[in-house]
Amino acid sequence: MLRTESIHYEHDITKFQLNNISINIKQGEIVSLIGPNGSGKSTLLRVISQLLKSSSGEVYLDEKNVRQMKKREIATTLTMLPQMNNHQLDLTVRELVEFGRHPHNKNNLKLTKEDQEIVEWALEVTRLKPLEHRLLPTMSGGERQRAWIAMAVAQHPKVLLLDEPTTFLDIAHQLEVMELVRELNEKYNMTVVMVLHDINQAAQYSNRLIVLKRGTIYYDGSPQCVLCKEMFATIFEIEADITLKSGRPVFTPIRKCSNHCTSQCINLNDYKEKRKE
Amino acid sequence: MAVIEESQQVYRHPLAKKRKALFILLPVLVIIASIGSLMIGQVSFSVAEVLNGIFSREDTLARRIVWEIRLPRILIGMVVGICLSIAGTLLQGVMQNPLADPGVIGITSGAGVMAVLVMVVFPGHIFYLPIASFIGAFSAAMIVYILSVKKGSTSPTRIVLVGVAVNAICGAITNMMMILYSDRVQTVLPWLAGGLTGVGWVQFQNVIYYALITLLFVMFSVRHVRILRLGDEMAKLLGHHVERSRLFLIALSTLLAGLAVSVAGLVGFVGLVVPHMMRLLIGGDYKHLVPASALGGALLVTVADTIARSVFNPTEVPVGILLAFIGGPYFLYLIYRKGNSFAAN
Repeated sequence: MLRTESIHYEHDITKFQLNNISINIKQGEIVSLIGPNGSGKSTLLRVISQLLKSSSGEVYLDEKNVRQMKKREIATTLTMLPQMNNHQLDLTVRELVEFGRHPHNKNNLKLTKEDQEIVEWALEVTRLKPLEHRLLPTMSGGERQRAWIAMAVAQHPKVLLLDEPTTFLDIAHQLEVMELVRELNEKYNMTVVMVLHDINQAAQYSNRLIVLKRGTIYYDGSPQCVLCKEMFATIFEIEADITLKSGRPVFTPIRKCSNHCTSQCINLNDYKEKRKE
Repeated sequence: MAVIEESQQVYRHPLAKKRKALFILLPVLVIIASIGSLMIGQVSFSVAEVLNGIFSREDTLARRIVWEIRLPRILIGMVVGICLSIAGTLLQGVMQNPLADPGVIGITSGAGVMAVLVMVVFPGHIFYLPIASFIGAFSAAMIVYILSVKKGSTSPTRIVLVGVAVNAICGAITNMMMILYSDRVQTVLPWLAGGLTGVGWVQFQNVIYYALITLLFVMFSVRHVRILRLGDEMAKLLGHHVERSRLFLIALSTLLAGLAVSVAGLVGFVGLVVPHMMRLLIGGDYKHLVPASALGGALLVTVADTIARSVFNPTEVPVGILLAFIGGPYFLYLIYRKGNSFAAN
């Protein structure tokens, strides 16, 4: 569904790099990108969504190279919700969601019947129908986040990229957003790739975790595989305790690693070999 | 039953009532202001005399003053107001900055340089004045745009800073020309102050066709300026060609501003004050903001020009100066209110 082939990217000023990122995301997966601050998770989403230009490497959507696709065509297949969105925008929820039809609707300010049906559907799915005429600045953070997601949903993409969709939300609203993501995935077969800060949430809601550090992929696999003590030691330099709760791994941070712990770092290949053994 | 449902439908948007009220009120106010403006002046007329002056072809004093002098002047004032306020609205949208105004970012003074050049250096070619102002305005806009774009995106602060510099340079060139050709300055001064003194049907005809064609493009521009409000990234993610839109919108606002400058001189602040006030009243959605600003601009210039030519009787104050008295303090107030956060919307 979404495939990247050895993407390299370098930021002009900070010289931050993404190195040789190749991932292959299948239709219907929920994939979470995790890693410490500055590991390149958001940058990777931006490169995939063409907000940033990679210096080399290719991105394929449905086996089509995005370089050969029109902007409008990309926007009807893949969209992303950036982390910080304008809070002061005095649009109603419905008006915001209607913007989601922009790539589908070429010339008019008026929506077609089909557009309207999809807007209705997006409002229903995100349970925003009762709030459709509220202005965004008058809503709570969680409601507003759902409104932005609703706009992305109205875009009717096959792949939805979310950059920290739960940041700044309280725990109830976090769960609400995560449940919504799961519903979009299960009911409407949307492929989701998201950056999450909360590793337990990532493990709970995704089929697959990709761990990045310093612009490189270190681990890529199911939550059960990826969440292990070595991973926390290598990537986050912490000691962690991992337990299983109804089949999903849950971690508890214990303490920051001593030097001795970081020196044991293993790289992805060692890790894979270890797994095979 | 059906009627009730429909009316509920209409009023559900929290700003729908205000919008509806404003779109009824503004045209009414524009009409009242124009009739008032036709009546007031060095010679005052009653409503009946005014109507008579417009509709009967008898050669009376009312006919000569109302039809030959005041009416074209009011109509030109309206065109100027509409052009400047739409230009301001679009620029504010493009730059995501409430301080963007054709005057602030140097477009007007760019037009000014070229216009003064024609007036003092080549006074025989006054016919080229509108084209020269377009060229000046567009060059200034392009300089501001190119210098403030970095890696495909434009920062509002940068664009205003570059605008300040462009303004200063254009001002210097204009002053230089006026000093070098000081014998011909008399014709330029009222123009620089921005006024509608002495305009008539000829100027109206010169300007109206350009204006109508440009306004047609404005109708297509709303979709572009609307989506920029979501932010560059979001607009790009919605498959929109952000930079292409920006260029189109800047070119369009330049045309509008150049049009106004070519007929009325350096009238400032209309493009700043009007869209901002309308935004306070009906919100920032450009679908409503563009037509509301157009009406507001027509109203403001009509009222301001009436005051400018009648209150200080027998002296006429250029409307540009009067507008600067309103707009200048408003600009300072905006800066005071907004502090350092210049996010539009």
